[in-house]
Amino acid sequence: MSNKSGLIRRVAISILIAWNVAGYAQESHVGNLVGNARRGKALYQRYCIFCHGQYGDGRGESAAYLDPKPRDFTKAAFKCRSTPSGSLPLDSDLYDTITRGIHASGMPSWKPLLRQERADLVAYVKTFSPSFQEERPGAPVEIPPEPPPSTESIQRGSELFQSMNCWSCHGKDGRGNGPSAVSLTDSKGNPIKPFDFTSGPTFKCGNTDRDMYRDLVTGLDGTPMPSFASATTADQRWDLVHYIRTLSTANRSGHILQVKGR
Amino acid sequence: MPIRKSIVLEFLMLGALLGITENAHCIPAFARKYGLPCSACHEAWPMLNNFGQTFKDNGYQLGNGRDAPIYQDPGYWPIMFRTTPFWHRENNNRQGVDSIPGSAASGLIERNVTTSGFDLGGVDFIAAGTLYKNISVFVQPFIGNSSVTLSQAWARLDNLAGSRWLNLKMGKFELDEPISQERSLLLNNTGALYYNYFFNPPGDRNLFGGIGLPQLGIEVSGHSANDYTRYSVAMVSSNSGATGLPTNQTYDVYANVNQAFEVPRLGMQQVGVYAYWGQSPTYFQTAGGTPLPGTGTGNESFYRVGAYGHWFVKRFDFYTFYLHGYDNVFLGNGVPANQASTLPVGALAPVWNGGFVEGHYNPTPRWVFISKYELTRMSRQANPLLPPKLGNLDTWTVGYRWYPIMSTRAGLAWTQEYSHIANVGAAPVSHLDEIRDSYLMGFDFDF
Repeated sequence: MSNKSGLIRRVAISILIAWNVAGYAQESHVGNLVGNARRGKALYQRYCIFCHGQYGDGRGESAAYLDPKPRDFTKAAFKCRSTPSGSLPLDSDLYDTITRGIHASGMPSWKPLLRQERADLVAYVKTFSPSFQEERPGAPVEIPPEPPPSTESIQRGSELFQSMNCWSCHGKDGRGNGPSAVSLTDSKGNPIKPFDFTSGPTFKCGNTDRDMYRDLVTGLDGTPMPSFASATTADQRWDLVHYIRTLSTANRSGHILQVKGR
Repeated sequence: MPIRKSIVLEFLMLGALLGITENAHCIPAFARKYGLPCSACHEAWPMLNNFGQTFKDNGYQLGNGRDAPIYQDPGYWPIMFRTTPFWHRENNNRQGVDSIPGSAASGLIERNVTTSGFDLGGVDFIAAGTLYKNISVFVQPFIGNSSVTLSQAWARLDNLAGSRWLNLKMGKFELDEPISQERSLLLNNTGALYYNYFFNPPGDRNLFGGIGLPQLGIEVSGHSANDYTRYSVAMVSSNSGATGLPTNQTYDVYANVNQAFEVPRLGMQQVGVYAYWGQSPTYFQTAGGTPLPGTGTGNESFYRVGAYGHWFVKRFDFYTFYLHGYDNVFLGNGVPANQASTLPVGALAPVWNGGFVEGHYNPTPRWVFISKYELTRMSRQANPLLPPKLGNLDTWTVGYRWYPIMSTRAGLAWTQEYSHIANVGAAPVSHLDEIRDSYLMGFDFDF
């Protein structure tokens, strides 16, 4: 009898340990915040589950009506990262995405949530993929200081936009209507539209020039947008950033437009 | 034992009902538009959480580039219905009744009166959303049991000059109250009101209905990105929200400012102050003795000021609210301002204080437990002959709401509430305390 109860106790302890190790002990670290997956789960069920689904596979109740489709966390491929293409994001990348939202998608900014709550959500999102247990995030990409924008830089960026075939997806004038646009799919085979640069000054993963530069280096994993880290130099990427800024018709205050009009 | 049986039966009936309604998908307007569940915006609907408040303050926009109607399926219709079928029991320990039923001449006596039965709270229609990016609208007709009213109807220009600190609203709207009367979690006759929002002292003839009523006017408001800092200033017609300018041609002013901050391991905490200053007529121009609408004159002033807080301790939260009220001596005594000689000897401007504490425990998005205690205390009667405590009021409520259905299409809540109110000196004959109790159970659903 005592052997039996001892066995039960050992099994229970093992399950508890496994449960903790596998999921609920998952933490996130964002600045001085330590996110907790257990708390994050409750928040996920309140805010996220209807799009991203109970299992984090992007198959929530609302997924069918959303374009683009919600992220599948089980694949551990995230659009907005500071780490190289194909690598895991930093906790702060996920935190920033939750905070900022993803423009032109169903993902709003969750900045009204507490900072601790957002960190807890990051911890829980990481439990959906074993990759976060098995791998470490990549090293953040380096972003050199931005050179002053100039007409020459914009001109070089325009030439790169043509020569690197950016236009084939994003269109000649950046409206997201290039010849390849209609056939693009994300990594799960769902149709996906290229970003319309003329829609305003805000981009998928932020609205600063550094954000745009970073996207060119990291690419947007899970989408057809590749990394241009090896195909371009740092100066070329800044040239592209400066040119893309000019496509934004809503950019009223940016220095680039002043340069363009000079 | 019979009680236990009835509880079991109640749950079985609920279970059966859930089985029936599991696939009943309805469409609350914003949830359908954005694919978000009720719980994203509501701590427990209809009470907003900070995300929902931010969404509201942004002009019903998430700011994700998908707010303008052009991004919606043409079949999308931004309308929602809400109704509440329920059973309730009301008791008044000192109800004034004719001693011989039907005979007004028989004299009034007091009786303990109880009524109960199934009932319906009417139907709210809410059509709201964006006409275009940064132009939001809200229309709320209400069908009561014997009338149709337009509870709110307004348009708002959002993010003027590209700033979230500048938004302009015009129409009939709920003031930016410390705690929204429109979003009370309670439904019963006794506990659903925030009495402090509507309180008038004994004998007072102020035509102002209270800050809990939607008002007609304009509002300028603004907020920080996370909504932690908010302000609103409204100028409204002194008609207490009634259309057709029935009373007055003057304007009242309301202002509310609040600031929230994070406390580690506890949650968000919010503090705020508010003030309403207005004028109310004490007499009208008349024709054949009948007051002419809109000709109110002899305006006298009144104000309501106070402070409030919203405090979180993990999944507990509670509101604290304080109000200080003042009415001019003519309003307080119901005397026209051109007849000062008819004021009672020693008449004074009535002053009172009040407040409430309302607590919620929200263990999951599907459950919320509610308790509320509210009081008002007369500090100074308008007529010194009145008993000092006349008009004092104490009320408490306990209840819960359970949300078995909470989707991006519909919301259904089951609610049970019990409220108790003691109103000092309100019994019509004995002038003893009037005590009323209210119990309500029922469904609250929107789609």
